Amino acid sequence: MPGKDNQTVLQVTGLSVDFHLGKATVHAIEDVSFDLRTGRTTCFVGESGSGKSVTARAVMNIVEPAVIREGTITLFDLEEGEELNIAALDADGPKIRAVRGARIAMIFQEPMSSLSPVHTIGQQIIEAIMLHQQVDKKEARKRAIDALAAVHIRDPESAVDRYPFEYSGGMRQRAMIAMALACEPDVLIADEPTTALDVTTQAEILKLIRELQDRFGMAVMFITHDMGVVAEVADDVIVMYKGKVVEHGQVVQVFHNPQASYTRQLINASLGLEEAPARPVHGQREKPLISARNVSLNFPPQRSWLGSKGSGVLALDDVSFDLYPGEILGIVGESGSGKTTLGRVLMGRYQPQTGTAHFSDRDGNSRDLTSRDSFRDKQVYREIRMIFQDPNSSLNPRMTVEQIIGEPLTVAGLAKGKDLRERVAKLLSRVGLSPGMMERYPHAFSGGQRQRIGIARAIALDPRVVIADEATSALDGSIRAQILDLLLELRDELDLSIIFIAHDIGVVRYFCDRVAVMNSGKIVETGTAHQICDNPQNDYTRKLIAAVPRPDPLKRKLMPPVAAE
Amino acid sequence: MASPDIHEPAMSSQVEGASDYIPVGTESQWQLIRRRFRRHRLAVASLWVIALFLLVAIFAEFLSTNDPHDVQARYTYAPPQRLHFIDVQEDSGWRIQPHVFGYKVEVEPEALRRVFKIDEEKKIYVRFFVEGHDYNLFGLIPMNRHLIGTENPRDPLFLLGSDRLGRDVLSRLIYGTRISLSVGVIGVILSLVLGVVIGGLAGFYGGFFDAATQRTIEFLRSLPSIPLWMGLAAAMPPSWSALQVYFAITIILSLLGWTELARVVRGRFLALKGEDYVSAAIYDGASNLRVVLRHMVPAFTSHIITAASLAVPGMILAETALSFLGLGLQAPVISWGVLLQEAQNVRVLATAPWLLAPGAAIVIAVLAMNFVGDGLRDAADPYNNT
Repeated sequence: MPGKDNQTVLQVTGLSVDFHLGKATVHAIEDVSFDLRTGRTTCFVGESGSGKSVTARAVMNIVEPAVIREGTITLFDLEEGEELNIAALDADGPKIRAVRGARIAMIFQEPMSSLSPVHTIGQQIIEAIMLHQQVDKKEARKRAIDALAAVHIRDPESAVDRYPFEYSGGMRQRAMIAMALACEPDVLIADEPTTALDVTTQAEILKLIRELQDRFGMAVMFITHDMGVVAEVADDVIVMYKGKVVEHGQVVQVFHNPQASYTRQLINASLGLEEAPARPVHGQREKPLISARNVSLNFPPQRSWLGSKGSGVLALDDVSFDLYPGEILGIVGESGSGKTTLGRVLMGRYQPQTGTAHFSDRDGNSRDLTSRDSFRDKQVYREIRMIFQDPNSSLNPRMTVEQIIGEPLTVAGLAKGKDLRERVAKLLSRVGLSPGMMERYPHAFSGGQRQRIGIARAIALDPRVVIADEATSALDGSIRAQILDLLLELRDELDLSIIFIAHDIGVVRYFCDRVAVMNSGKIVETGTAHQICDNPQNDYTRKLIAAVPRPDPLKRKLMPPVAAE
Repeated sequence: MASPDIHEPAMSSQVEGASDYIPVGTESQWQLIRRRFRRHRLAVASLWVIALFLLVAIFAEFLSTNDPHDVQARYTYAPPQRLHFIDVQEDSGWRIQPHVFGYKVEVEPEALRRVFKIDEEKKIYVRFFVEGHDYNLFGLIPMNRHLIGTENPRDPLFLLGSDRLGRDVLSRLIYGTRISLSVGVIGVILSLVLGVVIGGLAGFYGGFFDAATQRTIEFLRSLPSIPLWMGLAAAMPPSWSALQVYFAITIILSLLGWTELARVVRGRFLALKGEDYVSAAIYDGASNLRVVLRHMVPAFTSHIITAASLAVPGMILAETALSFLGLGLQAPVISWGVLLQEAQNVRVLATAPWLLAPGAAIVIAVLAMNFVGDGLRDAADPYNNT
């Protein structure tokens, strides 16, 4: 819609939001000001807790239990020429409800939990349409089908009557977008809309949002912590840190001439993953530590008293790989590719139907990890350790850090009492935490610190192999880089071999020596990190790499390039 | 639209990103539970009420004013005496001296029945730590001291009146507290053992055993409970002693009560099995037993305690119902249900409403236990801050 472009549709000035926690008051955001313009995308970037989501919620006046302390949020009606101060409205009143969904719409990070599981996609979109537009049910249904077609959902006439669980993650996010856009809002707030998605799906969703923006001319407020995504989609960038705006500018300027040191830090952390440093090649290629051959695992179908349904899922399909001493082997693939299952097979959780995985233990014995017997004497658990993806759920909330890190030592009977405390203290300082923290419970630590605790637990038994299952994907950019560097240091110091399971091929280039790419249970390509990243042979690998957003707005891959100004 | 998921509350704004963040001291799970429980005023008050009931149950003999089995034919259906504290002397002085007045019997001319009237002439002084009927404290120490009693053991003292046989209702109520509470507590402990073991095995190993126990539980829960209790109770040989009947009733109640707890435990095990930290414990090389006891059970002990504390009143009510119907405990055992048997007849109630006192005790005890259970449930998971 030309003519509607580049007009201010939402103006925020001096916005502050407070949380009242008992007697204390926490300033979630302070003195935030910005404009949203039609046809333009403004990216809000910052690490978790920087206040970007709170800002988005304040724009819709849904900050409860927090309160908007001061500031104005002015929504302009461009056709009528009217103004509305959202910050002054009653948060439950009819006026703000007429705005929400109709003029400002929002899409969330988790499409599964944002959609009602007991209503069809169609019912949910129709509800949104009928709330805000004077149309009958038949017309609303027609518009819902149009909306689904607009977000490229195949066969929208039948898709409209399906339930969210019948949709894939990407389709659910498309349905969310269809719902948000059904009333043709002036402002679309996208709160980390692609964080939970695989890179290839992310690329599709980003393209879709851009396409719809060109069509409807709405202003997009895009919240993300991923600098690569920012570089791809943003026109303007607002960098937030601890509730304050530290940088505000056009995307090229922010990336190529950042003013705030924090912005520079963010960009460097993301560039580090993009351009791998020159490192000596690790791993002697003599005798592999783990040698997996033709491993296939079929999860049997759900059996019930009424008989079995389906033929099961082939989670691993003829997988073979070698892990050499001292190397970091990346296993990359999208969700459902079988990479996590592979890690669990190596830890003895699942026994594959066919294939072998030989591990030569410290005493030189060869143990077959596909057989349950190999795990009976617990020796394998001392030599192969695991780091988990989610630092919140992998630490027992009812145990102190000392107990958590000490658990493998206690179980193995290696230390107790004062000796145990000393070893835990040493491990804590080894992973960069103060030994004085050992009496605290995990909830007192940040995500990055918790992941360090997880690493300390993994190296407590002086292992030879560490399996890191998405160990950094729950972390923010700069913290992720710190954790990766810690793992690199530990690899050199303790002579570890690491199997690094990841969906983010950007991390892999920085971190891994060799990479195996997995797709629906098969390893489709194996090679050194450089070969895979720079010269992929397999189609799927190529698709995967092409979908990774680059943290440079001048080298956009998915979107039309910005004109350098 | 969708509900707002606040995944970035202000708490984390201080936590993330800043590596120099130093957390303040942290409390253990039980400290957090205690703190949250204290905020629940009604639950705290109820906890004191329960403590009082427990004290009564433990020191029943010491607290009772009369021998609960002592039949005093002179005083059938004697009304409650009021306890007076200020003693006005005839020489117009007064002092603090607890006392009750004695009874005089009049015969109503029309109905020709005996009616007790309070005789203000006859003062019966009440003293502390008097000697009365013999008993063994905790079943071991032979004693005959009681908290309160009359100077002369032959004087009547019926603070809550007396029953059909002239037995003291208050003393019987105090003795009944012991039996009724212990049926509840022992019954719950038995069903707790059954529930935790069966539910734990079902949740941890799953598979056929799980399916079989689930179907069994569903079957047991589909049976109407009162007829089933009645059937089981009726199957008890009449030659059994009162003590045997007591244990049999407890076991019958717990055999049906374990299903709820087994479900709670199984559900928690299933949920916890998928937690990363349980996997981490397995990868730490911990044995199955250690994984269960050290890593899984602490995560739901609070839930078990809650479920158990909510099950106790159910047990007490079940025992009361059975005994009331005459199928549970039998005289001479005294329980609240047995006492309420006395109050089955409306005509008796019209003349002696104080026989309903055990009903009040049941209501208070059950309410207090439910409030404590609710408070515990709210406090049980201090990490689920909703």
